[in-house]
Amino acid sequence: MEKVIVVENLTKAFGRFKAVDQISFEVEKGEIFGFLGANGAGKTTAMRMLCGLSIPTSGKALVAGYDIRTQPEMIKKNIGYMSQKFALYEDLTVAENIRFYAGIYQVPEKEIAPRTQKLLERLGLEHEKDSLVKSLPLGWKQKLAFSVAVFHHPGIVFLDEPTGGVDPVTRRQFWEMIYEATDSGITVFVTTHYMDEAEYCDRVSIMVDGKIAALDTPANLKKEFDANNMDEVFYRLARNASRKAD
Amino acid sequence: MISCKNISKKYKKVQALSDISFEVKPGEIFGLIGPDGAGKTTLFRILTTLILADEGVASVDGLDVVNDYKLIRERVGYMPGRFSLYQDLSVEENLNFFATVFNTTVEENYELVRDIYQQIEPFKTRKAGKLSGGMKQKLALSCALIHKPTVLFLDEPTTGVDPVSRKEFWGMLKNLQQQGITILVSTPYMDEASLCDRIALIQKGRLLTIDSPGKIADGFKKTLLSVSAENMSLLLTDLRTIPEVENCYAFGDSHHITLKNRTSRYEQEHSDSKGKKDNEIEFIINDLKVTLEAKNHLNIIIKEIKPGIEDCFMELSKNNL
Amino acid sequence: MRYFTAWRVMHPEKPIEMKQFISFVRKEFHHIFRDRTTMAILLILPVLMLLLFGYAINTEVKNSKIAVYDPSNDTYTRAIIEKMQASEYFSVVKMLKNEQEMSEQFKSGEVKMVIAFSENFHENLLHSGDAQIALIADATDPNSAKSVVNYATAIIAGYQMESQQLQQIPFQIDTQIKLLYNPQMKGAYNFVPGVMGMILMLICAMMTSISIAREKEMGTMEVLLVSPVKPAMLIIAKAIPYFFISLINLTTILLISVFILGVPVAGSLLWLLVLSLVYIFVNLSLGLVISSVVNNQQTALLISGMVLMLPVIMLSGMMFPVENMPVFFQWISQLIPAKWYIIGVKKIMIKGLGFSAIMPQLAVLSGMAVLLIAISIKKFKYRLE
Repeated sequence: MEKVIVVENLTKAFGRFKAVDQISFEVEKGEIFGFLGANGAGKTTAMRMLCGLSIPTSGKALVAGYDIRTQPEMIKKNIGYMSQKFALYEDLTVAENIRFYAGIYQVPEKEIAPRTQKLLERLGLEHEKDSLVKSLPLGWKQKLAFSVAVFHHPGIVFLDEPTGGVDPVTRRQFWEMIYEATDSGITVFVTTHYMDEAEYCDRVSIMVDGKIAALDTPANLKKEFDANNMDEVFYRLARNASRKAD
Repeated sequence: MISCKNISKKYKKVQALSDISFEVKPGEIFGLIGPDGAGKTTLFRILTTLILADEGVASVDGLDVVNDYKLIRERVGYMPGRFSLYQDLSVEENLNFFATVFNTTVEENYELVRDIYQQIEPFKTRKAGKLSGGMKQKLALSCALIHKPTVLFLDEPTTGVDPVSRKEFWGMLKNLQQQGITILVSTPYMDEASLCDRIALIQKGRLLTIDSPGKIADGFKKTLLSVSAENMSLLLTDLRTIPEVENCYAFGDSHHITLKNRTSRYEQEHSDSKGKKDNEIEFIINDLKVTLEAKNHLNIIIKEIKPGIEDCFMELSKNNL
Repeated sequence: MRYFTAWRVMHPEKPIEMKQFISFVRKEFHHIFRDRTTMAILLILPVLMLLLFGYAINTEVKNSKIAVYDPSNDTYTRAIIEKMQASEYFSVVKMLKNEQEMSEQFKSGEVKMVIAFSENFHENLLHSGDAQIALIADATDPNSAKSVVNYATAIIAGYQMESQQLQQIPFQIDTQIKLLYNPQMKGAYNFVPGVMGMILMLICAMMTSISIAREKEMGTMEVLLVSPVKPAMLIIAKAIPYFFISLINLTTILLISVFILGVPVAGSLLWLLVLSLVYIFVNLSLGLVISSVVNNQQTALLISGMVLMLPVIMLSGMMFPVENMPVFFQWISQLIPAKWYIIGVKKIMIKGLGFSAIMPQLAVLSGMAVLLIAISIKKFKYRLE
């Protein structure tokens, strides 16, 4: 299997504080990789490094075949990114947002129109093409944001708590979109606070105090920790974290 | 303790709340559960006297939210959605400040916040902006409690907080309840519903139902099945092509389905033993298994399950379009 | 626990409201002191502005290069040229031989002004009384051209006066310009009051409105509203730290202008302070009015920046004289507090006039303060909308 993310002893220290402490893992092409952890466990810091936004203190990582230390620009071209906090421009229309992201990711001009059409059809948003994003319900926004994040057909898409606050039905539709994306070969790297969503991942890693405390398929993790669901697995691992205040 | 009658509120074009009525009894933990944009915050702001409803009346602790707003403000605790602390003040300074704002001192009501505050006390000189989500949440709760309110309004206190901190937080709420404080709490996390005494499910400004979590689950009239197999993604697609399947949603490691017109074929074949529900369900399960096996699914597990609040929410929200 | 009890022990007699108020003010000071960058800007800004206006944006003309065309070349013209050369404003860089050279000089941009004497200057002055000096200035920069011409005229007139007294020559060229109060035409006399008006407004109106808008943005305003705190207290507590900072700024400005820029306080310091205090109140209440209509810091910044700053710079008379404006703008300038303040400050600082002279300015500013405070109290929302 082709490895699209290879992380070896990745560390990020702020002074004496090691936000991320020697983590190593690999993600295969087409996988849905769940990246879980309590607040302050170091998830965000690790994700920033993988997206080429922050330089590691030590260790190395290859994302889409590029070194995060020396080729952050190449990484940014080959990944998609979506977070709950920032996704789309509220004061631009649906079409304008798509056009904007297509522009910054250098989607070939003649590709834009057909891809936009396909995207709008898939989401059932044809009639909302010229509506301002802020007028859309939250669930639609998040689905649109995801579609925009994979609009340039990136090899990997990073999703930072993509479904926070979204209603249960839309949340599921969102995950179906994620499945569709992986069917077309995109690798998904996702963080979430919903533990039932952890079950949808092919493999899950759980960070505690800057280290990866567990990494396996949800089924194996449940077996290993003798738990009924991922919520219990998570609780057992994270409950003893020493770093709650940070 | 809290009472709402026919509350409606409109912002320009958006109907934020329509015809909301419910009551919260003294000493209760009442959960307002629904996704973002359902109108939870608007309802909280009306009850905390921050905005006026277009229609309807509401009272808190026997006081009218419009006329007696000053009195209400003296006796309720409010924690808005975004943790409202001064990021550049230390933990201790925040708490002291809010104590004076409410005409009290930290020591006067220390008993009430002790359990919560002790957990953050080691960091009391740290700036609130430098605390983790869980810690901020505890500090915000301490600040909202410092004047010993009779009613506590918590607007999405657990949003964006990890599951461990969320569990801890609910534990704290239970303790506060034992000290006689009535709590109205909102959350987008359906799994937190079971921690409330009673809940109201809210979507698009309307209440879908109000009851105890158990009774709401009892009200789920359809048979709910959980289905799992080797290839979950394919299973989902296949289940949706089966004509008898009404709804099918992914639920963690299994899919939850409800069936439409489920008795028609069973009744035709077993018209004599009509009414034996267990047999009926067994029949359906077997029938489904056969269908899925025909589609080459492996390790198929199908069982009847009790609906959770999320199942109920999805079922109820279908009628609220 | 001792920390918690400290207030009670120290101030057992303080009524609850006073306690709340003190705690509010203390919080505001914390906000300001902990935001080092902003505080540094607030304290250094006046200094920078004064120095900028004092040295970099200098409207004074010093050592302007001039050329002279003097076909007459007699004692009188030479004496005038010497006077010019001796003054700190001009340096004569070229004597022109003919009139053609004049236009060449301007084209090359080498000189700011050419002084051209008529032929037989002294003779004509004595006999026919028809002596002429032409001052030809490069007006691509009209302000400095005007200054250059004004200085030159003043020097010529000065020399005429001297020689008139000595020789009883009848006065021919009427270039009598009197420069009162500011004989050296120092720019500092003009911009010090202007900078005072601007800084005090900036600190009071802008910072107060931003700091209230921040509470709204952070959501803390929601919590404070759902509390027994009186809104008026909240608002006044916001204004107090900026009141003190603006007093510090006022002191800095006055010290710099007296000791570094050499602009004295000719009149009564007491009345200057009174006038400034009233002006500070006007701006604090202006900030409060702004904060009641905006919901975030960005809008607060834009409103106080564009709606307040721009008119002050353009219309208050700080940069451009109000009398030269179209009538419409003259009317608008009446509404700008800074205009009244700047006039008042000039009267006290530069002209050394007393209370009776600034009475109209004091009255207008007090009126504005009362009106704005009334509006801000009326506009304060007890609810979120």
